[in-house]
Amino acid sequence: MRLPRFEYFAPKTLKEALNLLADQGEGAHVMAGGTDIVVKMNHGRLKPKAIVALEAIDELDHIHFRATDGLTIGATARLADVASHPDVLNHYPALAEAILTMANVEVRNMGTVVGNLCNAAPSADCAPPLIVMGAQVVLSRLNGERSLPLDQFFKGPGLTAMEPGEVVTSISVPVPPAGSAASYKRISGRCGVDIAAVGVGAMVMFDGDICKEARIVLGAVAPIPMRATKTEDLVQGRQWTPDLIEKAGQEASEESKPISDVRASAQWRKAMVAVLTRRVLQEAQARATRS
Amino acid sequence: MKHHIKFKVNGDEYSLAVDPWRTLNEMLREDLNLTGTKLGCGTGDCGACSVMVDGRTVSSCLTLAVSVDGKTIRTVEGLAPSGEELHPIQEAFVKTGAIQCGFCTSGMEMAALNLLSKNPSPTEKEIRAGLSGHLCRCTGYNQIVEAVAVAAEKMRQTRLAEEEK
Repeated sequence: MRLPRFEYFAPKTLKEALNLLADQGEGAHVMAGGTDIVVKMNHGRLKPKAIVALEAIDELDHIHFRATDGLTIGATARLADVASHPDVLNHYPALAEAILTMANVEVRNMGTVVGNLCNAAPSADCAPPLIVMGAQVVLSRLNGERSLPLDQFFKGPGLTAMEPGEVVTSISVPVPPAGSAASYKRISGRCGVDIAAVGVGAMVMFDGDICKEARIVLGAVAPIPMRATKTEDLVQGRQWTPDLIEKAGQEASEESKPISDVRASAQWRKAMVAVLTRRVLQEAQARATRS
Repeated sequence: MKHHIKFKVNGDEYSLAVDPWRTLNEMLREDLNLTGTKLGCGTGDCGACSVMVDGRTVSSCLTLAVSVDGKTIRTVEGLAPSGEELHPIQEAFVKTGAIQCGFCTSGMEMAALNLLSKNPSPTEKEIRAGLSGHLCRCTGYNQIVEAVAVAAEKMRQTRLAEEEK
């Protein structure tokens, strides 16, 4: 249980970090909270030549909300701080709830939202709520910056659109539109400190009792957190009825693509996709009509 | 290449040269001989290695030693610094029978300290959430939950008595 040897850098500025990544080349690995990377190194699944820690960069630990622009979460903002932030609790409760299902107090005190996304586990709990809320990922490199929608960021288990030399510096989430709300729920073998066997996030936007827009994302049932686009199409533009929710659950179950693994069988996962889809749609609808 | 770091543990200042691949858990146990902090799973799942860094609990098995440069650490050895009088949390663990083999105890006590510093009057549900992810294979948890409630009450009374003075 000893970590493999590596060099360690803790740059004070983003520019310095990007220069280090360019100098160190492919063997360098960026680290935020370390709760995924150190475990992987411990298991021998990751052997970086160098670790570039982002923690000492002051400008990256922000959690900002403005009623005009929405929420931005910096790369080193801790899970615990995001989940307890008054603006997150107020405007993005589904994100806070997703975070509180993750790991334990110590890991949430160390780990970051951006790290959870960059680790790109199909079961990443932050991904479904952030995708349904329309989050964008901001990536910096030496000669500039780009941003892309979070649902285009995931490329496979552990794989992202991040290119060598790039660092995800923040994510931004738009202001929730009027008449909309989101929800995230997950099921795992144990109630706490376990990885999600299935997670579902949904955002619904209403005009009266008509669902104008729906976004549904299924976690841990495909190689990436997947948009349930057929289910979204089924729900959008329709009158909200118990029958519609029932059908949405079935549709989501059908379009999910789970595998059987140590946590659950594919068959059980498909059944749970239906259950969770119904529950998140009901909760999101209740929230949207309350607000 | 070794890194020179300075940090505080339980009020004592240290200046050390550490290899970057060593964890805070290894440094505390092997270099500082503070073996009250245990190593359980090494993956952040069991809570046994919990220590406080700058006022919040972390898993010392997942924390690189180099990363605590300039920081303040508190371990179970720092709960009762005089070594004579126990901290109310320790006292409550003894009184309620919350300790059996003792392996999870230091992590549990640090988690209790973290919880009570943020929430001095937790409900049973909040205590269970605060200790969630700390595995105990002996007690069945009930005595530990009770110990935290007892400690919270004692600490509350001590604060009230101090305020009256």
